[in-house]
Amino acid sequence: MRNYMQDTDHYGKLWVWTAVIVILMVPAAICLRYGAWPEMTAVLKGLLGVAPIYWTVGVIEVITYTPMLGVGGTYLAFVTGNLTSLKAPSALNAMENAGVKPGSEEGEVISTLAIATCSIVTTLVLALGVVLLALITPILNSPILAPAFDHILPALFGGLAVVYVSKNWKLSIAPLVFMVALFTAVPSLAGSVGVLVPVGVIIALAAARILYKKGWV
Amino acid sequence: MNFNTNSAFLYGLAALVIIFVLAQSVFFLVRAYRRGVELGISRAQLKKTVVSTAVFTIAPAISILIGIVTLSKFLGIPLPWIRMSVIGAITYELPAATSTANALGLSLSDMITDPKVYSAIAWVMTLGILPSIILPPILMKKIQGGMLKLKNKDSKWGDLFLTAMFLGMISAFLGMVFADVRSGIAGWIPIFVLLFSALIMALCGLLIKKCNMKWLETYALAISMVGAMAFAVVITPILV
Repeated sequence: MRNYMQDTDHYGKLWVWTAVIVILMVPAAICLRYGAWPEMTAVLKGLLGVAPIYWTVGVIEVITYTPMLGVGGTYLAFVTGNLTSLKAPSALNAMENAGVKPGSEEGEVISTLAIATCSIVTTLVLALGVVLLALITPILNSPILAPAFDHILPALFGGLAVVYVSKNWKLSIAPLVFMVALFTAVPSLAGSVGVLVPVGVIIALAAARILYKKGWV
Repeated sequence: MNFNTNSAFLYGLAALVIIFVLAQSVFFLVRAYRRGVELGISRAQLKKTVVSTAVFTIAPAISILIGIVTLSKFLGIPLPWIRMSVIGAITYELPAATSTANALGLSLSDMITDPKVYSAIAWVMTLGILPSIILPPILMKKIQGGMLKLKNKDSKWGDLFLTAMFLGMISAFLGMVFADVRSGIAGWIPIFVLLFSALIMALCGLLIKKCNMKWLETYALAISMVGAMAFAVVITPILV
């Protein structure tokens, strides 16, 4: 008999491969419907502008987030997107509040629950937003509110950091000091934060290993 | 066939994709909930996880909606809606659309009327993000196997390993907040917002522990985030 984790992996793969078909169906259906197959060179040139960086980030994200989010959470989060700004923080926060460890089956359940809720609420908010778009566009585009949405990442990570950094301050020093120094020295890197996540992870892991070996954590 | 970026056909496609995403999410939600009950996690805890995440998600979801508004100026609503519901993020979709438009010698200042340009953009958006979807099922066994080995060998180090990974991720985003500090006081706004969010979270922590306000745990992250966003609205006009 298969267990929950094996079943999750099995169903997760089924959903992901179906998602691949659904996602590819969208541009294919547009081309078929309007008889508008684009020139291959235009697509290749367009891809050349984004694929090298986004394919790299894609590989990095999968390797970095899979151990944190668990099997079900990963399969769901990578289909529904907005990983760093939404799915990963919500899974972390949920596991922390529930007092379960990532990597355990309880962690797997809570992480999946959080990511699924996140996806459902996001999809519903977007659907509602699209229906009411004419009404709410002036509010969304309002210059008064713009700073709120421009600063959503610091607003989110400030709260999250308090919980994690205060509990693990010894582990936090090295990656924090390095990242603050790096971004202050090279501000243009802010656009490639996705690539720098694994750099932060490697530094944090190296520092954690040293602290652990010395018996300081 | 007359092409229109807001045609009923495109809305139909969007509806199909959105139903698929919802179905997948509900499927995993129900399975995880049932398994949680089997594992002895209280129903109250499971419900708290759902409510807490739902409340926290609303503000970031609205910011994703702003992404749809931005892209809809030249792509109409359905395609950005699809892209933002499935693996999309404005940080990727806008460069993908711009890169394709540049390749075709166009600028993205007006609504696209040529279906070939539109379909080229749709393909680039889709193919550029595809590895993020197809890699998890391919790499899952290896990554999970590696984690299991690590935990079996030394469980304390296994836990520290995951905590360090979280901290590495959080550090990258905290560091990014400092990117503009050399551009004057306006560059410090993200840091003030971050600190304000941290302050609210710390206050929530105090209230939860000292005043036994356990219910606040559910909303603490949402409160600190929305509070800090409101703080940004107040301080930006003063400092800029």
